Amino acid sequence: MRSLIDIKELTTQEIDELIVVAKDIIANPVKYLEKCKGKKLATLFYEASTRTRLSFEAAMYELGGNVLGFSSADNSSASKGESVADTVRVCSGYADIIAMRHPKEGAPLVASMHSLVPIINAGDGGHNHPTQTLTDLLTINREKGRFDNLVIGLCGDLKFGRTVHSLIGAMSRYNNVKFVLISPDELKVPSYIKQELDKSNIEYVETRSLEEAIPELDILYMTRVQRERFFNEEDYLRLKDTYILNMSKLAKAKDDLSILHPLPRVNEISVEIDNDPRACYFEQALNGKYIRMALIMKLLGVE
Amino acid sequence: MILNTITNGVVLDHIQAGGAMEIYKALNLDKLECQVAIIKNATSVKMGRKDILKICEPIDVNLDVLGYLAPGVTVSIIEDSKVVKRKHIEPPETIEGVIKCKNPRCITSIEQELPNIFKLTDRENLVYRCIYCETQNKKKQGDIK
Repeated sequence: MRSLIDIKELTTQEIDELIVVAKDIIANPVKYLEKCKGKKLATLFYEASTRTRLSFEAAMYELGGNVLGFSSADNSSASKGESVADTVRVCSGYADIIAMRHPKEGAPLVASMHSLVPIINAGDGGHNHPTQTLTDLLTINREKGRFDNLVIGLCGDLKFGRTVHSLIGAMSRYNNVKFVLISPDELKVPSYIKQELDKSNIEYVETRSLEEAIPELDILYMTRVQRERFFNEEDYLRLKDTYILNMSKLAKAKDDLSILHPLPRVNEISVEIDNDPRACYFEQALNGKYIRMALIMKLLGVE
Repeated sequence: MILNTITNGVVLDHIQAGGAMEIYKALNLDKLECQVAIIKNATSVKMGRKDILKICEPIDVNLDVLGYLAPGVTVSIIEDSKVVKRKHIEPPETIEGVIKCKNPRCITSIEQELPNIFKLTDRENLVYRCIYCETQNKKKQGDIK
């Protein structure tokens, strides 16, 4: 039995295989309609989510399976003080696979230590979000047709942005990838991630200016400054509008730039960008369903 | 300075000068009934100056605590006035129940019964990270649980 807690647990070959399957699902959806017939997915979401939870549920339904679960801690026994370990011991008797989101970092790892069925980390605080990374990788692959030789700009909250941390880890496996880390000083990438980049001899630069960075980028990964990650409202209000991507900034970008965003967006991408061919974030959200279908099949051992 | 030779007990040698008291507290040596000698600033060929702890009773030293706090220390077990075992302490790969994760976002901050486990992720710089949230432990005096 295998879980997915951190994207690092997947080999490059496994990621490539998941992407091949996801692309086949997109091309031949009918082939997959009954792949998970009779199987159940439990979505244990202790924190609000739209895309991740609904895409997991849509993924399981499109594979012919069923879904049960809860969408906030208030609707679960966590509100009565039940531990993650106990909840998972119980729920793993009701489902064949579990997707868990939790505001505390490491909760899905704890779950995987006590579960009888595979656990998928659907986001744990500011830590990891491997299925978002798989979504991002599928999007990059479909947009660029490659993972090598890319300049990837990551902009916004690089400190608490778990999607950013996981994406850096995943893209670090490929050749000639350069990261441009665009953030205010307060929201820089944590030092341990930079240490890993240094150790692997991967090129990166840190900057505060989106305007200066944008011309060299092949991919621009925008992120939201997340209110829920701040203990101090004042800090959030000070930093939330640091970067807003609009048409005038985009004018300096390459014609084949791909703009990604894990969503939800607040105002960091102006709506005027939505119809620009370089905006990929809504396709990205759709890709999330397909890659989760591929992952559910893999972890359930369905061919 | 004359100290009685130990007949049966444990000697912790090659402690960084000034480090003996922290180890004394972390290993709960203050709770022992037997004689414990704390030797500070002893002359050392290798280290210049060093601290030594002599415990006049055979005790089980928590090697995880010692390895985390003071890698490089030598532990000698004395029986019938002879050294029967000597061990050079390396930093342990994993430490459990020694230190607590300080990250308020870590699952251990709300689920107190979870064991606090840290992994050595950088041997050269002695960096330990929480297995749950990967937060680096900043080693400082008094952080032993």
